[in-house]
Amino acid sequence: MTVFLAIGALAAAAPRKVMELSGVNPGRCMQCGTCTSVCPMVEAMDVTVRQTMLLLQHGRAEELAAARTGAVCAACHNCEVRCPRGIEIPRLMEALRLLELRKNRDLVDPRAIPRERLAALPPIAMVAAFRELTA
Amino acid sequence: MIQTMKDTEAELIPVYVMGKRYLVPAALTIMKAIEYAGHQFIRGCGCRGGVCGACSTVYRKKGDYKIRSGLACQTVVEPDMHLAQIPFYPALRTPYDYAATEPTGSAIAQLYPELFRCVACNACTKICPMDVQVMDYIAFLKRGDLRAATAASFDCIQCGLCASRCLAEIPQYHIAQAARRLYGGKLAPPAAHLATMVSHVAAGRFGATLGELGGMTADQLRELYVARQMEPAMSDETWVPDAKVGLA
Amino acid sequence: MKICYYPGCTLKATAQNLEDAGLAALAVLGIAVEELPRWNCCGAVFSLATDDVLHQIAPTRILIRAQEAGAGQLVTLCAQCYNTLARANLLARTDAEKRETLNRFMTEEPDYRGEVEVVHYLQLLRDQLGWNGLAARVRRPLAGLKVAPYYGCTLLRPAEVNIDAGRAGGPPAILRDFLAALGATPVDFPLATECCSAYQVIGSPAASLARAQTVVAAAVAAGADALVLSCPLCDHNLGRQQLSFPATNGGPPRLPVLYFSQLLALALGIDAAGCGLDRNVPGTRALLAERNLVPVAV
Repeated sequence: MTVFLAIGALAAAAPRKVMELSGVNPGRCMQCGTCTSVCPMVEAMDVTVRQTMLLLQHGRAEELAAARTGAVCAACHNCEVRCPRGIEIPRLMEALRLLELRKNRDLVDPRAIPRERLAALPPIAMVAAFRELTA
Repeated sequence: MIQTMKDTEAELIPVYVMGKRYLVPAALTIMKAIEYAGHQFIRGCGCRGGVCGACSTVYRKKGDYKIRSGLACQTVVEPDMHLAQIPFYPALRTPYDYAATEPTGSAIAQLYPELFRCVACNACTKICPMDVQVMDYIAFLKRGDLRAATAASFDCIQCGLCASRCLAEIPQYHIAQAARRLYGGKLAPPAAHLATMVSHVAAGRFGATLGELGGMTADQLRELYVARQMEPAMSDETWVPDAKVGLA
Repeated sequence: MKICYYPGCTLKATAQNLEDAGLAALAVLGIAVEELPRWNCCGAVFSLATDDVLHQIAPTRILIRAQEAGAGQLVTLCAQCYNTLARANLLARTDAEKRETLNRFMTEEPDYRGEVEVVHYLQLLRDQLGWNGLAARVRRPLAGLKVAPYYGCTLLRPAEVNIDAGRAGGPPAILRDFLAALGATPVDFPLATECCSAYQVIGSPAASLARAQTVVAAAVAAGADALVLSCPLCDHNLGRQQLSFPATNGGPPRLPVLYFSQLLALALGIDAAGCGLDRNVPGTRALLAERNLVPVAV
C-alpha cells in the first residue's frame, strides 16, 4: 500500500482516542523498522507495523481505520521488546482494534467458524481470539 | 371459593409498574400486585408456583442503585419498588440433532462458540432468581465438564435473566439445557428402577387401570380423586399404599 | 507456604497430557500443590487498554481464589495463563485506581491487593528444586534425544513477566537448562522465541498455517528430533496444525511436538498413563520408541 504524506511538521496529535486508549505516544518512534522486521504476522498485513506508526504520527485516521494491521496482530510483544525506544506497540495495536470493536463490530464472527474447525480448536484459541477480535 | 381482600383491611403501599405509580396491598406478590393495579398478564405468567420461569422481574428498591431480580409470583412487594417485567429475552438457541450430538465439551463449543466470550464478570449469577451459580457452570462448560455443569445448573428454570445481563451475549440457560440433556441421556448412568418401571408399563401392567379411568365421567373422576388414598404426612419409606399395582 | 495450582480451561479439555504429566511429575518430585477448588477461565490474553477494567476481572478473581485458599504461590502449567495471571497480579500491585475499582465491583469477593505470587511450573522447578536437584531425580536420561526448546511469547514477554529475566539481554536459558538436566540435548534454533501466531489461528488461519510450517522447518533444519513447548495454543498451532500441512511431494518438514511436562515425566520414569502420549501428533511415540524412551505401560 502506498501512502502519500505532505512533507512538513507532524500533525498536532495522533488520533487522540488511540493515545488515550493505549497510554502510548507514537511520536517517539524514529521509523527504524525493527518492529516490522520482528513481527510474525507482518506478511499478512496490508500496512506494516512501521507504516502504522507513521500513519499514527501523521494522524491519518482514515488510512488507519481501513488497514487490517490491528486485526492481524498476534499480541506477541516482540516489537515492544525489540523497539530501541521501548514503545509499547502492542498497546497501540489493541487501541486500533478497539476503535472498531467498540462500535460493536466484530473483527471475527464466532458463528462463521466451520463446525469441523471448532471441533479441532482448543478452548484457549477461542477464548483468546474472541477476546481480542469480537465486540 | 375465591377469597378477596377488601381494600380497607390491607395496608396499601406504592409500587411502580413501568414507571407508573400504583397503590397496592402490602402482602401481595409482585404478580398479584400488578394484576391488582389493573394489568392482565397474557405473557410472562405461567405456573404461579416459582418453577416455570415465565414471570422474570427486575426491580429496584427505593434509593438503591442495585438492580435486583425475582419471580413475580414468588416475590412480595415492598414500598417504592420499581418493577420491570422480562417475559421474554431473545437469546439465541441453536437447534441440534440430539441423536447425532456427542456429549462432549467440543459438541457444546460447536453449538455455542460465543460461550468463550465469557469474561467472568458474574453479572449472570447476581441476577439469577434461583441462586444458580451461573458463572461457575459456564466455567465448567468452557472446560468441557458436562457433569459439573449439569449439577451446577440443576435448579435453572429457564427464566432468561442471565442472558439479559450478559455482556458477552451468551445464552447461558440454553447452553446449560443442552449440556444437561446430553449428560442426562448419554453420560449419566441409567436409572435401573426407571428401566424396570418402563418395562412394566410396556408389558401393560397399567392398561386396565388407564382404560377404567378413560371410561369415567368427570363426576366419577372427581369423586375418585377426592377419595384417593394419600401418603400420611409423617410417614417413612416403609409406608406402602393399599393398591400395589404401581409398585416395582 | 502453600502452593495452589491453576489448570486453566484447556488443560481440562484438549491439553490433558500437559496436566497429567505435570502433576504426575510433581508427585514424584515431592512438591505438593493443591488445585484451586473453584476457578474460572483467566481470559487467556491480558487486556492492554488503559480504561479496561472488565477484562481484568477474570484473572483477578482467580488470584482472589488463591488468596482465599491460603496460597503464597499460584503455579500454572499453561504459559498463556501464566502471562495473563502474572500481569493481572502486577496490575493489582501497582495500579491503585484499577485495583480499587475491581475490589469495589466484586462485592461478592474479598479484596485483593496482590498478596499472591504467580509462577510458572518451570520457575518452580528451577527455583525450588534446582537443575542439579532435578538431574539427581532423573531415572531415564533422555540420552541422544535432540530437542528444540520453543518458548513462544508468553513466558518471556513483556519484560516485567519474563521468567528468565536474569539473562540481561542474552538468549533465554531456562528450557535449555531444563533439557540438559533431563539428559537431553538442547538444539537452539532461530525461531525459539518467536510467536506461533497465537489466536490468529482463528483470525488469519492461512497466515497461521504458513507460520507453523516456517517454525517447524527451522527446528528441523537445526537438527532437532522433537520440539518442546509449554503452551496449549502453541501445541495446537505447531503440533496439531502439522496434520493440515500440504501433502504434495511429501510436504514441508514435520516434527514430533511434546509438552515440557511430558519430557519431565518420561525422564522421571513415570508410566505411559502419566505421560499422556495419546494426544500428541503421530510420530511422537515412534520417535520415543526409536530412542528406547517409550514409557512403561501401566
